[in-house]
Amino acid sequence: MTTAWLVAKRELHGYLMSPLGYVIVAAILLIDGLLFNGFAMGGERLSYAVLEMFFYFLSGTTMVASIFITMRLFAEERQTGTLTLLQTSPAAEWQLVMGKFIGAYLFLLLLTALTLYMPLLVLVNGKVTWGHIFAGYLGLALLGAACVAIGTLASSLAPNQILAAVLSGVLIVALLVMWMVARKVGGPVGAVVGYLSLFDKHYQPFSRGIIKSETIVFFLSLTYAALVSATAVLGGRRWRG
Amino acid sequence: MIVAEEVSKYYGERRALDQVSFKIGAGEVAGFLGLNGAGKTTLLKILCGLLLPSSGRVRIDGIDVLDQPREVRRRIGFLPEQPPIYGDMTVRQMLGYAGRLNGLTGGEIGRRIDEVIAATELTSVADDLVAWLSQGYRQRLGIAQAIVHRPALVILDEPITGLDPKQIVGMRGLIRGLAEHHTVLVSSHILGEIHQTCDRILVLHQGRLIAQGTEAELTTQATGQVQVVARGAAELVQQTALKTKGVSRAEVEQTDDEVVTLLAEVDGLGGREALVSALVGAGVGVRRVAEVEAGLEAIFLRLTGSSAARSSAG
Repeated sequence: MTTAWLVAKRELHGYLMSPLGYVIVAAILLIDGLLFNGFAMGGERLSYAVLEMFFYFLSGTTMVASIFITMRLFAEERQTGTLTLLQTSPAAEWQLVMGKFIGAYLFLLLLTALTLYMPLLVLVNGKVTWGHIFAGYLGLALLGAACVAIGTLASSLAPNQILAAVLSGVLIVALLVMWMVARKVGGPVGAVVGYLSLFDKHYQPFSRGIIKSETIVFFLSLTYAALVSATAVLGGRRWRG
Repeated sequence: MIVAEEVSKYYGERRALDQVSFKIGAGEVAGFLGLNGAGKTTLLKILCGLLLPSSGRVRIDGIDVLDQPREVRRRIGFLPEQPPIYGDMTVRQMLGYAGRLNGLTGGEIGRRIDEVIAATELTSVADDLVAWLSQGYRQRLGIAQAIVHRPALVILDEPITGLDPKQIVGMRGLIRGLAEHHTVLVSSHILGEIHQTCDRILVLHQGRLIAQGTEAELTTQATGQVQVVARGAAELVQQTALKTKGVSRAEVEQTDDEVVTLLAEVDGLGGREALVSALVGAGVGVRRVAEVEAGLEAIFLRLTGSSAARSSAG
């Protein structure tokens, strides 16, 4: 795990030293603030509904942020040639993947933590519970983990950053629209497809302040599956070249 | 140090390496010479564990790259054509990262960074960002990151690419210096470079190892021409030479009344021995046998040319 942490620290350093990291943080916080002020706070609403809408918007920006944060993970290193340094070191593939994932995920959590002032404003001026805020952020953290893992996989597959962003975008959108596919298909297959629905089935309860163990299992499983796949992709490249 | 046995590598249907076998001893500075696309980089990537062979075996320090890839990688430092260095780190940070990644720890790392910075003459830029460095310093840093963890084997792929003449001279000295503590493998398509830095040369062409040895040995293999000064009748000398197995051409010139000079094309060292033996057997007084020297460029062209001819004939 020491090697994974070393790679994670290097990744965090990379975000904090590059303009891209700050551009992502500034853009996402600006959009979050505008959505919160313009829509969630607009009109007459119960504070509970304001908070629910806040977490609804934040799920979207979290997914977009994940795509932009992760596109560089392996694809940039491949483009600049520094991936060779990692792949010729004694580090195992899973250590490299975990390191990249942890670095990107910590950066996303830092970005998410910077939005905390908005629900705190609702808490101070309205009637919401700490539990609702906790559940919402837990949902965001789990959704973020899954999206960062999917982005890590896309970045391990793609030859450059743009394709990595496109690929992770396609994968995340595909998981988002599973509920529509499930409705069309119906029956047992529809139920299986519907289970994969990232937002509709699994995230929405968190935004309402409800924590379900099955949704936690879903997000953790998705994260694990994506990271294992990324590890297999890196290992496979040693065979294929 | 390195034992490669019938190593082949395919990219899909395309064969990049074809049953390459060789051995390289500890402390040697060996050079892979070949035209662009000869398979040098593929072979180096296999040796450093970046790629796995499609067939064949490679052992580094007695360890098989397929059985224990991480153990093999621990023993290797690699500088690819493009140095794997991060522009947003300082030289010290970069070496610290590379060292830790390769297993250095604690107090050892600081001491080792200082040693490597001194050895690669990076002291004046040690706290500069990598992005600010010139190409020459980048190459030096590339070598520094390859040796920071004291690997037994250092592999350098085209280490002088993009350097100016002064930097090339400095790089040669640095590579020769590495041989004090490491086995060094260098690849290049520049003949003069291999000639100046390596003890032994391995010539790759179209994925096959077509020759290996010291420059002198390659000269013999490639030129195949020997000059024999002998006492005897010109006709006897020529006929004897032409009848000898392993001699494909023989021209005789009368030097004085008794002495002739034979210029013969022989098939390697065996052909040369057979020729001398046949001449002595025929009663010719062999006075001197010498190789006809050719430049490395001529040798290389001849080797790659004859290999291509063999391929097309086969």
